[in-house]
Amino acid sequence: MKIQLRDIYKYFGPVRANDGISLEIESGVIHGLLGENGAGKTTLMKILSGYQSADRGTILLNGRPVHFRSPADAIAAGIGMLHQDPLDVPAFSALENLALGSPGGPFLNRARARRTLETLGRRFGFSLDPDAPVSSLTVGERQQLEMVRLLALGVRVIILDEPTTGISAPQKALLFQALHQLSQEGLAVIFVSHKLEEVQELCSRVTVLRQGKVAGELRAPFATDEMVSLMFGQALGTYGRRPIPLGEIILQVENLTVRSPRLELNGVHLTVRAGEVIGLAGLEGSGQRLLMLACAGLQKPHGGRIILGGQDVTGRPYTTFLRHGVAFVPAARLEEGLVPGLTLREHFALAGDTRGFLIRWDEADARAAQMIADFNIVGQADTRVEALSGGNQQRALLALLPERLRLLILEHPTRGLDIASSRWIWHRLLERRERGTAILFTSTDLDELVEYSDRIVVFSGGKMSAPLETSRVTVEELGYLIGGRGL
Amino acid sequence: MTWRARLTQIGVALAPIGLTLVMTMFILLLAGADPFEAYGNILSGAFESPKKIADIAVAMVPLLLCSAGMLVTFAAGLWNIGVEGQMIAGALMTTWLVESLTAPAGVILPLSVVAGLIGGALWGLLVGLIRTYGGVNEIFAGLGMNFVASALTNYLIFGPWRPPDGATMSGTDPFPPSAWMPLLGTTRASLVSILLSVIALVGVWLVLRGTYWGLKLRAIGRNIRAAQRLGVSTHRNMILAFIVCGALAGLAGSLQTTAVYRRLIPQISGGYGYLSQLVVLLSGLRAEWVPLVVFFFSAVQVGSPRLELRMQLDSSMGGILQAGIVLFFLLVRGFRERWRAPERPKEE
Ligand SMILES: Nc1ncnc2c1ncn2[C@@H]1O[C@H](COP(=O)(O)OP(=O)(O)O)[C@@H](O)[C@H]1O
Ligand SMILES: [Mg+2]
Repeated sequence: MKIQLRDIYKYFGPVRANDGISLEIESGVIHGLLGENGAGKTTLMKILSGYQSADRGTILLNGRPVHFRSPADAIAAGIGMLHQDPLDVPAFSALENLALGSPGGPFLNRARARRTLETLGRRFGFSLDPDAPVSSLTVGERQQLEMVRLLALGVRVIILDEPTTGISAPQKALLFQALHQLSQEGLAVIFVSHKLEEVQELCSRVTVLRQGKVAGELRAPFATDEMVSLMFGQALGTYGRRPIPLGEIILQVENLTVRSPRLELNGVHLTVRAGEVIGLAGLEGSGQRLLMLACAGLQKPHGGRIILGGQDVTGRPYTTFLRHGVAFVPAARLEEGLVPGLTLREHFALAGDTRGFLIRWDEADARAAQMIADFNIVGQADTRVEALSGGNQQRALLALLPERLRLLILEHPTRGLDIASSRWIWHRLLERRERGTAILFTSTDLDELVEYSDRIVVFSGGKMSAPLETSRVTVEELGYLIGGRGL
Repeated sequence: MTWRARLTQIGVALAPIGLTLVMTMFILLLAGADPFEAYGNILSGAFESPKKIADIAVAMVPLLLCSAGMLVTFAAGLWNIGVEGQMIAGALMTTWLVESLTAPAGVILPLSVVAGLIGGALWGLLVGLIRTYGGVNEIFAGLGMNFVASALTNYLIFGPWRPPDGATMSGTDPFPPSAWMPLLGTTRASLVSILLSVIALVGVWLVLRGTYWGLKLRAIGRNIRAAQRLGVSTHRNMILAFIVCGALAGLAGSLQTTAVYRRLIPQISGGYGYLSQLVVLLSGLRAEWVPLVVFFFSAVQVGSPRLELRMQLDSSMGGILQAGIVLFFLLVRGFRERWRAPERPKEE
């Protein structure tokens, strides 16, 4: 099957997400779609898979124009998409999820779904428990489930939008292998990513998008420089991390126990000094989030003590922690960090001084204008936050933080961001560090952990390792620890 | 906006009205009545004389006050079905004041307004506390408190506040004239009530748009977790929203006793609390649209008893008109959103 996209336009208000994109994709090829955040990749793929309609432009399948009015139309034509954020129904079991999307009568055909899951699973080496509720699956497993579902529906073109975000290394290897297999079987695979190495490793062709336009097309082997300059229009600068002397003790965690319905984090000891960056490594759900929530005052510990700047704040409310200069930046930006429906200006009004009765709009406007410029946010003061791209939402979250902080806790601060945005974010974080803010952060990217942390602690199944000096640890050693060896 | 988009907009606005008329027409035909005669009767019943128009104003006052209050709780994402009870609580507090204090009108009338505000606020506070600290959904908390309020009314009317010559369903003895809100000319409308309700609505509109508190409520309503992380104290502000909404509803109840019935009657809230939920829904939670909707509802309310007098139809036809229009409004909006947004992912 041959897909041609011709002159696709899609504007969101003033934002030109797709600005006249033309593209050809052939069967039996893994075709990369590369571009920094906000380049328009997701929008283009949603148009191709029937989730959005283009303002203008045509889609040709084997030379014939098609119009998809829903994802179901696209799947019927053989095009399926795996989303950046999984869209499945979490309370259902894997099996039910699979059966839900299948054609057939009004009743769920469990037996057939089970067979499909087993055959396809075996073919790609996915080990999925058919009866596990989807909410208990990892991101990687959900992705495997979704792939199986699309393949069972007979798609011939499979689109994966940033599929390696949030999955483990073995899952990634498995995914890449499966994609190779599919392309050898004659399927067209479209691999959307902002990560150069992945595209280099996997794709034989790549189209680079920049600001809603095609910046260029390349064939393997790809030269990194060339890819970077197509993506960004210029070479990247590095910010580097200057060594700074550590200050007084900011945070002491003593023999902490925190429980969630699924996990118990036990016996944690940690001391953090002003200006220190601590990386929290580990597979997702190993206890990092519990520690962060407890240190931010968002979850009450069951035992142990949390001492901030010499004062015992164990069990105190979140507002006490705020007053002590602690801030938490969640990974789920629109769920926990920002308020959809409110504009940037309104966010800055809320985050500023809210004493008094009438909103001082001039103050909020000035602050918004300054922060939009300062943090390179692509948007206006009256832009609603849900209309911002992920990278810009992250910048907005950082811009909303109070000027002076003692402890900044960040959950996956650069998840889903391109290299330039990530570096920039870290540049801003390290500036704070030089002013004496201590930083705790989680990441699934080992390079990021090693590059920016002074010390790293590794979590595995609710246990935390002793802190490791980053200067004495390698990415390989970390990998072992994360896998649960040596704890 | 293109003329096509504008046409769609007008169509979407008018469709519910058209659909409601069609539906009621069918019902009327089934009942063997001439629909146009019925509509004509409602219109003449509502507008034929200045007195009738004043009656519309009388019906508008409690609706405006309760709707203004509901806008506050809706902004915080709370469905305060307890306005009915809060209205009653305001009426009870006012009656208590009038029963226990003898003073000239210049003293007792301002105090009665304050009493209404306090009574409703207390009832709102209780709902708020049950919701935030008891973890009970505000709809159940509100419904429960409504029952308590009306049971309390009956107890007081048949107990401590019973008229000397025996309790009846017509309520307490009339208040002393010093506790009567002055009325405009020979009409039943009170200028004070009208002014208070206009001030309440405008005030709520201003508060939600232009104050830190309003902004905090809107943030809570849209994303409570994020609001909390941004430093908004969610519990306190939600309780405050209930208090403010309750106070406005309580004022409505108070004015029903001092300006309309001049006594406490068993059904003092008259269903205005529930009706105001429909008003706010039909206004799309926007204060700008509330006066228009309230006017329409009140006109129907005032005009429809005429159906009973002239056509031997039940006056509940008015209620059907009011509910029908809300239903069709919500339906048309739902369809339009579905039709307009095929890009939305499946599960939303
Ligand atoms: N539903 C939407 N409403 C408004 N703007 C949007 C919407 N979806 C995407 N955008 C904007 O379009 C641009 C491209 O976004 P997207 O296609 O998600 O980029 P990418 O996937 O390459 O990161 C961004 O600036 C984003 O903010
Ligand atoms: Mg994207």
